[in-house]
Amino acid sequence: MGLVQLHLPAFQVIVPMLAAPLVMLMARSPRAAWATATLTSWLTLAIALLLLIRVRAEGVVAYHMGGWLPPVGIEYRVDSVNILVLLVICFISAVVMPFARLSVASEVREDKHGYFYAAFLLANCGLLGIAITGDAFNIFVFFEIAALASYSLIATGRERQAVMASYQYLMMGTIGTTFLLIGIGFLYIMTGTLNLLDLAERLPAVNDTRTVRAALAFIVVGISLKLALFPLHLWLPNAYAYAPSMVTVFLSATATKVAIYVLMRFIFGVFGHELSFNVLGMNLLLMPLAMLGILIPSIVAIFHTNIKRMLAYSSVAQVGYIILGISFASTLGLMASLLHLFNHAITKAALFMALGCIAYRLGGVSLIHMTGAGQRMPWTMTAFVIAGLSLIGVPLTAGFVTKWHLILAALDGGLWPIAVFVLGTSVLALLYVWRVVEVAFFRAPLRRMKVREAPLSLLLPTWFLTLSCLYFGIETSLPVGLAERAAEVLMGGYR
Amino acid sequence: MEWFGLYNYWIVVVLMMVGFYIVIAQGNLIKKIVGLNIFQTSVFIFFISLAKLEGGTAPIHVAGVSDYSNPLPHVLILTAIVVGVALTAVGLALVVRIHELYGTIEEDEIHAQDEA
Repeated sequence: MGLVQLHLPAFQVIVPMLAAPLVMLMARSPRAAWATATLTSWLTLAIALLLLIRVRAEGVVAYHMGGWLPPVGIEYRVDSVNILVLLVICFISAVVMPFARLSVASEVREDKHGYFYAAFLLANCGLLGIAITGDAFNIFVFFEIAALASYSLIATGRERQAVMASYQYLMMGTIGTTFLLIGIGFLYIMTGTLNLLDLAERLPAVNDTRTVRAALAFIVVGISLKLALFPLHLWLPNAYAYAPSMVTVFLSATATKVAIYVLMRFIFGVFGHELSFNVLGMNLLLMPLAMLGILIPSIVAIFHTNIKRMLAYSSVAQVGYIILGISFASTLGLMASLLHLFNHAITKAALFMALGCIAYRLGGVSLIHMTGAGQRMPWTMTAFVIAGLSLIGVPLTAGFVTKWHLILAALDGGLWPIAVFVLGTSVLALLYVWRVVEVAFFRAPLRRMKVREAPLSLLLPTWFLTLSCLYFGIETSLPVGLAERAAEVLMGGYR
Repeated sequence: MEWFGLYNYWIVVVLMMVGFYIVIAQGNLIKKIVGLNIFQTSVFIFFISLAKLEGGTAPIHVAGVSDYSNPLPHVLILTAIVVGVALTAVGLALVVRIHELYGTIEEDEIHAQDEA
């Protein structure tokens, strides 16, 4: 095995980390900064694909940082679960970077581009680190790296509310990660280890103690803040609505998804579903919250006229579907959640990219701006509609695949009211997507606006993701196979 | 007196609640950051306390000594302190920007401006 092959897990995190200061040095030449960041994001995607090949061949790729063996040293551990998350992050960042050149140029001051792309790479590095590491404290550190970079990215938004949104995110995000740190401390007291694999082995002996249960409580609440589980989602709508388009695309597709992965890893992998669900009855907490989290933000979304904010509320609702799948505590439910993690990342990224095109040409993303946009920007709006159909869960789109599996999982668990609920709430998604379609396609443009179709470098990435929504709705074997394998691994604890 | 033996942990709980309360109840953005720092510091003290072994000495190898404090939590908290400093810096930088853009750092006044 070549040297590169051997150190792939380390490269996955180190490449964007080292590229970030390099990009920052190019602050004077926005073009060079963008080109370097783009190449880096493609390189990380290539590394993730190579890792996928190794995971398929070997099952688990374990890497010992600096050659220190696990309980003492930090271990990077790639298995069927986190390779899925790594692929999502790398795929989205590789697609969003070509989109970024024009979009960022129109939304962020030029002298800040170098810093902007550096922060983007650091956020990328942090998210990849959270997903890849097998060490509990390392997860906390990478959470903060990703978060700090995201705060500065959000604060570059054009409107002044962006800075305030970033501040609020900082407050809630820090409380979330500090809760996680307290939980990790409790686990360390009881087991004397921080390695996730080691924790999973040693916890069953001390499961009955109040300390371990408090640890679970702190960790679940802390991560729920990060993944925007209703009612802890208050930071999300403003952060997504005021961030530059490219940041919204990237964060909506990756940041909450990685937090969801960590939640799955802790409650299934480390604590085990036996303790989390059968003994402590976490499904009784997660299921109602997930359902409220689907229902209320979906209804709120219907009444928002800022479409970016509307989609942000829709993101909270979609997180609800993923948590709903987790709360079934079954292999099928987990599989549906993992599938939705993948499919929703693509769908929401495509939607926010289409909005980015609209913002680029029309200068705003309110419903009024989009009057008659279907005639002026047919390609952009068609992409929006197709991705919107995927959001609703119409057959032949990626969104349908996950809704289908979620309903199957609900029926399998004997929870037919929930299956009905999932179908019923899809109508709410139809309502808020329809408002845009109606305004954009069935109304004539108000003024004689001389608006042309968005430029090709914005349209191509948007359509690439839109076609992915269709592709993964028809040819489902890749994500379904990955998710099935991952769900089996998670249900079996940590191996 | 067992509760007195847990003196450190009581302090941790009190500091944590004080910090958390400031974050929630204060409208001044700088004071919120101060509260956040107190909240984080309580967690640091918690980690340092759990590393202490009764009768143990500093974790440096000395002949004739067999009990040492656990150095690992110290190292973890060193990292967490760095993270905390970075967070405070970013938070304060954001407050400076907010003051430039709104002319105030009181939360209610900012919301009033946004709604106007």
